[in-house]
Amino acid sequence: MAEPHIPHPDLPPPVSSVGPIGWLRRNLLSSPLNIVLTLLALYLLYVAIPPLLSWAVLNATWSGDSRDACQASHGACWVFIRVHFDQFMYGFYPEGQRWRVDLSALLLIFSAAPLFIRAVPSLVKLRLSLSILVFYPLIAFILLSGGRFGLAVVETSHWGGLLLTLVIAGVGMTAALPLGVLLALGRRSQLPAIQTLCVTFIEFWRGVPLITVLFMSSVMLPLFLPTGMNFDKLLRALIGVSLFQAAYMAEVVRGGLQAIPKGQFEAAAALGLGFWKMMGLIVLPQALKLVIPGIVNTFIALFKDTSLVLIIGLFDLLNTVHNAATNPAWLGFSTEGYVFAAAVYWLFCFGMSRYSQSLEKRLHTGHKR
Amino acid sequence: MSESSAHKLLSDQVMIQMDGVHKWYGAFHVLKDINLTVQKGERIVVCGPSGSGKSTTIRCINRLEEYQRGRITVDGQELSNDVKQIERIRREVGMVFQHFNLFPHLTVLENCTLAPIWVRKLPRKEAVEIAMRYLERVKIPEQAGKYPGQLSGGQQQRVAIARSLCMNPKIMLFDEPTSALDPEMIKEVLETMVTLAEDGMTMICVTHEMGFAKTVAHRVIFMDGGEIIEQNAPEEFFTNPQSDRTRLFLSQILHH
Repeated sequence: MAEPHIPHPDLPPPVSSVGPIGWLRRNLLSSPLNIVLTLLALYLLYVAIPPLLSWAVLNATWSGDSRDACQASHGACWVFIRVHFDQFMYGFYPEGQRWRVDLSALLLIFSAAPLFIRAVPSLVKLRLSLSILVFYPLIAFILLSGGRFGLAVVETSHWGGLLLTLVIAGVGMTAALPLGVLLALGRRSQLPAIQTLCVTFIEFWRGVPLITVLFMSSVMLPLFLPTGMNFDKLLRALIGVSLFQAAYMAEVVRGGLQAIPKGQFEAAAALGLGFWKMMGLIVLPQALKLVIPGIVNTFIALFKDTSLVLIIGLFDLLNTVHNAATNPAWLGFSTEGYVFAAAVYWLFCFGMSRYSQSLEKRLHTGHKR
Repeated sequence: MSESSAHKLLSDQVMIQMDGVHKWYGAFHVLKDINLTVQKGERIVVCGPSGSGKSTTIRCINRLEEYQRGRITVDGQELSNDVKQIERIRREVGMVFQHFNLFPHLTVLENCTLAPIWVRKLPRKEAVEIAMRYLERVKIPEQAGKYPGQLSGGQQQRVAIARSLCMNPKIMLFDEPTSALDPEMIKEVLETMVTLAEDGMTMICVTHEMGFAKTVAHRVIFMDGGEIIEQNAPEEFFTNPQSDRTRLFLSQILHH
């Protein structure tokens, strides 16, 4: 009888190929060029980090109520941010009413929280997100602008700071995605009228700079409207931003639609699904998943483009910071202000980017065909 | 299946009637005067060289392809340009594709319940019961929770068959269902199709599996150049082909 085969036992890998040493060798020291690049990067860090650290942290002034507190040191004057923090968040929203802004923010955070918890079933998430989409804008609008339920009216011209940035970005995103999907479907339509309409719309809005759109909406539009009729300035900006971004979104979504194999359309049609069910249940879920990176890219660009509303005199986060930095009482601290603004923008954009990555991972079903 | 069952008298209820169907792709005349009558319970195998219009013919029956001339009637309803009418007919006509075309973002079970729930308006619970019954019939109930991308080609094709059956169709169209499969997986798919045939399903199958044609088909149709060249009962068709083109085709596929 033959001896049974005994497999060779697994040996541990050599120390140099795993663990921290292995990582160093693979990633930093794998070739002469990489060694040189690693040393160069280390030198650059050595040059850049210490002064930055000393400016931002070690020599910075954190406490005090006026610019006098910052006279003594050469570091950053974070007092500037501390003093203006409320202004950066709320703009000129009346101080006694700011709880309404806080309440709308908390409402959104708590109602949307289940969407980010993995254990919640996807059907519940779908229903929740739909009801947020329907009800939240209404509630937030009443809370923020007032005039009902005994709330004092706050003109939109008083809205500002991060509040305004988030309002424009939020409205822009929630309007641009569905509008963009409809435009993308329309552009691929067999019906010449719908197709021409969508192509014209997309090419028009993509062809003009956002600044022009905003400028036209605030300066030109009132000239064409009958006297006595006037739109809210913020509303005009919101419509401009939404339509502009919808055109971009349409092209992103169309890219996804084109990537769906013809067989998917045919299989859905062969089962008797009509156009909207085919799109809603089969094609769009796959197409939108494919273009998550493109959608988030557009969202991030939109978020940062909200700062362009300063051209029509709206005080979003960046304009509020700019305004505070040019205040004669605080001249010379614009760097701190812009660093702060950049940090806030970065935080939101990075958050969106991370969320999209986790979404992509979760929606991946192992099908790469 | 025995010789006699293949010869048994079919009911004279006409399921599909194609009259003088012509189709052009631009200037290219792909279907030339197709006339075909399919009885209820009849099983037809369509064969022919590639580009002969086999797939196009059966794809006209559920209007995945438009045709420019002629009439097609399915289960007493004539195909027209009316979208609702087309959708009504598609509900009764199941189709299995060469490349399966399962929905990759849905599980096997969801693939099977989608159309019954959204098109037939069945309650979810009932749709799941039906789906599980058909998944058992194609012998893969244990894969119900998986995604199509996790299955082998043969398993995917069997899911595709189950997905069509869940709509309880009156007719099944098969468009080269085994051409994209590895040899060892062809058998499992053909076996599924044979059991379906034994249940009396009306079937039109475009395939080059001549063994399947011999055992299951009532009639074999040979197409070439967009025309039906010859049609006959399988034993006649294989032993005594009438036209030269048929003989040439048979010699090519039977002796390779």
